[in-house]
Amino acid sequence: MSDDNKETAGSQGPRGEGEPRERVIGTPSPARDKALLAEDDISAPAGSGEQLDEQSARRAERTVALLFLLAFAASVAFIAYYIGWSGRNGGMHGILRAQESNFWLGGTMAAAFLLLAAGVTIWVRRLMTSKPITQERHELTTDAETRAAFTQDFLEGAADSGLTKRPLLRRTLLLAAAPLGLAPLVLLRDLGPLPEKRLRHTHWGEAVEKAKAEGKKGVRLVVDGTHKPLRVSDFATPGSMITVLPEGMEEDVPEHDVLTETAKAVTILINVPESQFKPAEGRENWHVNGIVAYSKVCTHVGCPAALYEQTTHHILCPCHQSTFDATDAAKVIFGPAARPLPQLPLSVEDGYLVATSDFPEPIGPSFWERG
Amino acid sequence: MSDTTAPKAIEGSLGFIDERLGSTSFLKRNVKKVFPDHWSFMLGEIALYSFIILLLTGTFLTLWFKPSMIEVVYDGSYDQLKGVKMSEAYASTLHISFDVRGGLLMRQIHHWAAILFMASILAHMLRVFFTGAYRKPRELNWLIGITMFILGMLEGLFGYSLPDDLLSGTGLRITQGVLEAIPVVGTYGYMFLFGGEFPGTDIVPRMYMLHILLIPGIILALVTAHMMIMWHQKHTAMPVKNQTEKQVYGYPFYPVFMAKTGAYFLFTFGVLALMGAFFQINPIWLFGPYDPGAISAGSQPDWYMGVLEGSLRLMPGWETNLWGHTISWNVLIPAAIPLGIIFGGAMAWPFLEQWVTGDRRQHHVNDRPRNAPVRTGIGMAAVTFYGLMWLAGANDVIAEKFHVSLFATTWFFRVTIFVGPVIAYIVTKRICLGLQRKDADTLGHGVESGIITMSPDGKFAERHEPAKEEERAKLLAKENARPAAPAKDAQGIPAPSSKGPMGHLRARLNRAWNIDDIPVEEHGHDNGHGEHAEVEEGTESKESKELRS
Repeated sequence: MSDDNKETAGSQGPRGEGEPRERVIGTPSPARDKALLAEDDISAPAGSGEQLDEQSARRAERTVALLFLLAFAASVAFIAYYIGWSGRNGGMHGILRAQESNFWLGGTMAAAFLLLAAGVTIWVRRLMTSKPITQERHELTTDAETRAAFTQDFLEGAADSGLTKRPLLRRTLLLAAAPLGLAPLVLLRDLGPLPEKRLRHTHWGEAVEKAKAEGKKGVRLVVDGTHKPLRVSDFATPGSMITVLPEGMEEDVPEHDVLTETAKAVTILINVPESQFKPAEGRENWHVNGIVAYSKVCTHVGCPAALYEQTTHHILCPCHQSTFDATDAAKVIFGPAARPLPQLPLSVEDGYLVATSDFPEPIGPSFWERG
Repeated sequence: MSDTTAPKAIEGSLGFIDERLGSTSFLKRNVKKVFPDHWSFMLGEIALYSFIILLLTGTFLTLWFKPSMIEVVYDGSYDQLKGVKMSEAYASTLHISFDVRGGLLMRQIHHWAAILFMASILAHMLRVFFTGAYRKPRELNWLIGITMFILGMLEGLFGYSLPDDLLSGTGLRITQGVLEAIPVVGTYGYMFLFGGEFPGTDIVPRMYMLHILLIPGIILALVTAHMMIMWHQKHTAMPVKNQTEKQVYGYPFYPVFMAKTGAYFLFTFGVLALMGAFFQINPIWLFGPYDPGAISAGSQPDWYMGVLEGSLRLMPGWETNLWGHTISWNVLIPAAIPLGIIFGGAMAWPFLEQWVTGDRRQHHVNDRPRNAPVRTGIGMAAVTFYGLMWLAGANDVIAEKFHVSLFATTWFFRVTIFVGPVIAYIVTKRICLGLQRKDADTLGHGVESGIITMSPDGKFAERHEPAKEEERAKLLAKENARPAAPAKDAQGIPAPSSKGPMGHLRARLNRAWNIDDIPVEEHGHDNGHGEHAEVEEGTESKESKELRS
């Protein structure tokens, strides 16, 4: 059927032998090239069949061999580059050498794999003479006889063991097994401490207590990174935001805990124009001329709420876009967070900004016991 | 059979093993095992090979990586971070990238392979779903596959959290926040995982153990089971000629499939090496070490976690506070519900479908997606749901690139995750039915030949030719809807399966499954009917050839 489709008849009558073929005028039938008239149902190996055309096979063989040779060359180049160039002048150093080495090692490696893969593909498609074959699909289900025989064996075994006949044996065995399954779980208890009240306070509390014990009003706020204490006059431009920590944290906290304490105590200080600032009820004196401090840890899932939009006074958490209003006690105005950012009470002492107590509520994401 | 002898070396080693294991009968049975051919059967192979590449490159990385949170001062060859305090984990990752030859390449191949691993599993699962290849007897492999995808998500999350750079630390922080939100046991889970408060010093070594030992071990075991079950049950086949429920048609494992799949492994490795060499991924040296107070905008996880990120972003800030206890719906719902629906639904689906259709037979020949419109529609609804949620995970990037309001993108996704799947279901089902009609038409009327003929009374008609035999075999593979069993027998006694609310529900769902079905039926080659009947009448193929000009 497909053979006569290929014919390009030009005249009505049957063509004479040797008559030159005329070209088709008009639209060729779409049926020829549409997949609707299905191609051979199985695609590979395409070139091969029972019989290979020896000439084209030899051509294919040469192509495959060439690809294999190139793959060989690429692998050799990989090794040569590694030994000869990558490690020159005492090994790899810095970003430029890393980049160069990455390009060459990766490039030769990719070339080796891809050339080999291309070679094998051509080999399969052009040189292998396997024919498609048919195999039976066996019934997966076991026949009833075997199943019955197994059931009998199983019940027999159960009876022989006495497990079915002796309930005391059975029940005590189960009893013995139950705690044995639980025991490994108990072993995991020492993975970590119990939560207790850990999540309810931050290092600000300890730092304020320490400062008060020394007769001061509160603990100074230092800039994250430089540890420089902040004067009110340093932070006079409305619209700016800065990240602060309690003074002396680096010294007071054991070294391996610094990061953990920072993760809780990290606070943002914002200078909101005083005219627009609406202090929350009961917190009228927690700000200093519109300078206000909120926990930087987002109340959604704890990312740092690090973006501040000066004109709208919005604090935005870049992770999930919870948006808080800095002028209005950091209330949520958009996004998935449910609670405002906790506020840190501020005051002034000797011209420096100080915190007068810990955050009044747990910072960060909500948890079951939070209340 | 015994008159053929292999070369001595092969005969010798085969004999050695056979005398000890009796393995030749196994080899004889399997050496020519037939593998049906279809391009989509390669998707699972990509996943398998990516996994092998992950094991190889991962092992290389463990030789230098130090899973430790001990603070060190960096003194490697990356000048920009010299003298910076950082964890040993981050410092050793920098060391692998800049001071170990081929280290950066292995890191990048490892990361790309992880991304490809998850992507190819997803593509493979979609192929299996839309062709109905999960049907009996293959439900177990379907469940194993979903389990591997979930484990892969966890494995990936732990993997990209290991370097302790700024981005990975942010991901961990979110993980911690989500963990904390679990009612009753949340804070305990958090303390136990991190060995205290976030970030502490235990989390990296713990994740390292899970990432290089426990989870890959489980995945490896599941991969093995997956392959053995597939081998034992034989591969499904697409409905083409010669493929039936009783036989499988294709090329033999040895040598054709073996060579093809070997080449495929090389292609996968080659492409990943190419990507590792030329496409930068996760440049941790640009992010800097983790600092709990810092973050960069556009913080996105690897793609397979995007759906969780998106659902977290879309949720409104709901929280309840009752009797001194807080429940964060704004975290719990997005963390559990969307993926719960998708994975739970996918796991239950084969059994649900069996219950609705009442089809408990074994299937080895796949459905064409159009021939199961309800399944295909629901699949596309799930794809839409997942896809929108996934896109929402990058709503800040979308807002920035397309200059739209961030809040508008959030609201767009909040609405479309509900509306989108419904539209997708309706559209997909209609497309499937349209394609079914076309198939029925092809069988009934043949294929348009492009030849217009004029009948003696001046009527124009297009000649239709019968479809090729292969095409007809494909179209006829469709199983027409079987009428539902009557709810009541002749005596008016309701069938047990149709009683009660569940029975009614089942009957309704069964009707919905079958109602639109467009049956295909065998037509003779020559007796067409309809508008082209008069053309074909009395015309033989030879004449038709002449008519064409």
